[in-house]
Amino acid sequence: MSNKKTEPNKIDISNLYKQFGQNVVLNNFNLAIKNGESLCLIGTSGCGKSVALKCLIGLIHADSGSIKVDGQETLGQSRSEHENLLNRFGMTFQFGALFDSLPIWENVTFRLRQKEKLNRKIAREIAGDIIDQLGLAPRVLDLYPAELSGGMQKRAAIARAIADKPEILLFDEPTSGLDPITSGVINDLILNSVKRLGATTLTISHDMASVRQIADKVAMIHHGSIIWCGPVADMHQTGIPEVDQFVNGRPYGPLTSTAPKIEKTAPSEIIN
Amino acid sequence: MMRFVQSLGASLLSLCRMIGSITLFIALALRWGLVPPFYGRQIVRQLIDIGYYSIPVVGLTTLFSGMVLALQSYTGFARFSAEDTVATVVVLSVTRELGPVLAGLMVAGRIGASIAAEIGTMRVTDQIDALDTLSTRPMQYLVGPRLIAGTICLPILVLIGDIIGVFGGYLVGVYRLGFNPSTYLSRTLEFLEFDDVLLGLIKAAIFGFIIALMGCYHGYHSGRGAEGVGKATTNAVVSASILILIANYTVTALFFG
Repeated sequence: MSNKKTEPNKIDISNLYKQFGQNVVLNNFNLAIKNGESLCLIGTSGCGKSVALKCLIGLIHADSGSIKVDGQETLGQSRSEHENLLNRFGMTFQFGALFDSLPIWENVTFRLRQKEKLNRKIAREIAGDIIDQLGLAPRVLDLYPAELSGGMQKRAAIARAIADKPEILLFDEPTSGLDPITSGVINDLILNSVKRLGATTLTISHDMASVRQIADKVAMIHHGSIIWCGPVADMHQTGIPEVDQFVNGRPYGPLTSTAPKIEKTAPSEIIN
Repeated sequence: MMRFVQSLGASLLSLCRMIGSITLFIALALRWGLVPPFYGRQIVRQLIDIGYYSIPVVGLTTLFSGMVLALQSYTGFARFSAEDTVATVVVLSVTRELGPVLAGLMVAGRIGASIAAEIGTMRVTDQIDALDTLSTRPMQYLVGPRLIAGTICLPILVLIGDIIGVFGGYLVGVYRLGFNPSTYLSRTLEFLEFDDVLLGLIKAAIFGFIIALMGCYHGYHSGRGAEGVGKATTNAVVSASILILIANYTVTALFFG
């Protein structure tokens, strides 16, 4: 018990602040994720979820605050320290961000080939194993991203993120734009991959069904700050109106300050 | 009046910001793009895209420029009985000026636009961010190979263009204007010096660097969406063309005399 208390968080973000021009995107943003935990970050569109994720991985430089990974401060790191840190992360982007000019097998093994100088034959075999685990047919290996459906692209992007077994996985809206069945498949893949790797996971999602399926904990961001963070089972009983509105998908409430006017249509217009 | 001064100041500031941003980009491109690790396959791909696939465009442009130059110079020189100098004028004009500038402008249109569109699309679809997360520096993977290929390919293209342009002048000189073939050839080679060709090739290397740099810069800083990529493409071609003309005068003035 005492060991658990002293164990540092895998990721510890505190007082993060980021401003673009006059627009404050993150303000006093605090988030902690334990080792092996799967946390889902929810919030309305444009509330700063993706910016927080990009600050964590160093794609955007935070103006102030602290980001610690395994207790080590990552803000202000040198380029080589940052590259070492990146090797511990795997990330998927909202629209896949697969490299258009490379076939899927080269996309999947991109980092492995850079890091371990694998020859093309071995790299292709590894890519074959990984996409097989993700339920993609071997013929996909030689196709280019533009030749795949949205769901297949998402799977290929997950394959690329997990290819070199990272400790921390970041998923930016992994099920956006997918039908419910494909979303379910993607969620299963994320769960299985995370379990197999024992990775710590931070997922951004608007899809509450996905959140219930893949998250241990949920955090909600509003106006650049975390307004609630707790176990997924508790998200319906937070007592916070914003969280309640978002989780239950209610169109009117504190997150939508003014309800849109709906003009009444005369019955004759409906018939016509 | 106040509004005019304000808009003038804003334009000046915006220009200074852009010059600073391009200078920083050049510094980063040279710092990371031209040091190991080199991505051999990327370099070869760019050499083929920039060099091999530009041969028809450059060849046609210089062929017809050489042909029209022979016709026009004949018309002019005939007025003071100096028709004999047509071959010399054609070869000097093509190697020193027309070859590099026309090839540069044509490649700027073809390759500058393509580089900006490709990198711009990568920017708006998060592929550049993805490169970063995969521990690969975009400057080394995307910008470096294009700068290297641009700087190597343009002199080769210009050399090919020079030969084709002079051949165009020869065709018109011999078959249209009635020059003796051996006389035309000897006149072509008689006054041509190595420095003439070298000057053209130096210019071409600089133009190649400018084209790749402007394509990469505008693509890398592309705005969001299709409109952003479209603007980046236009800006890449326009800025590369203007810089080619400025660099052309600067290099010529440096070597003059």
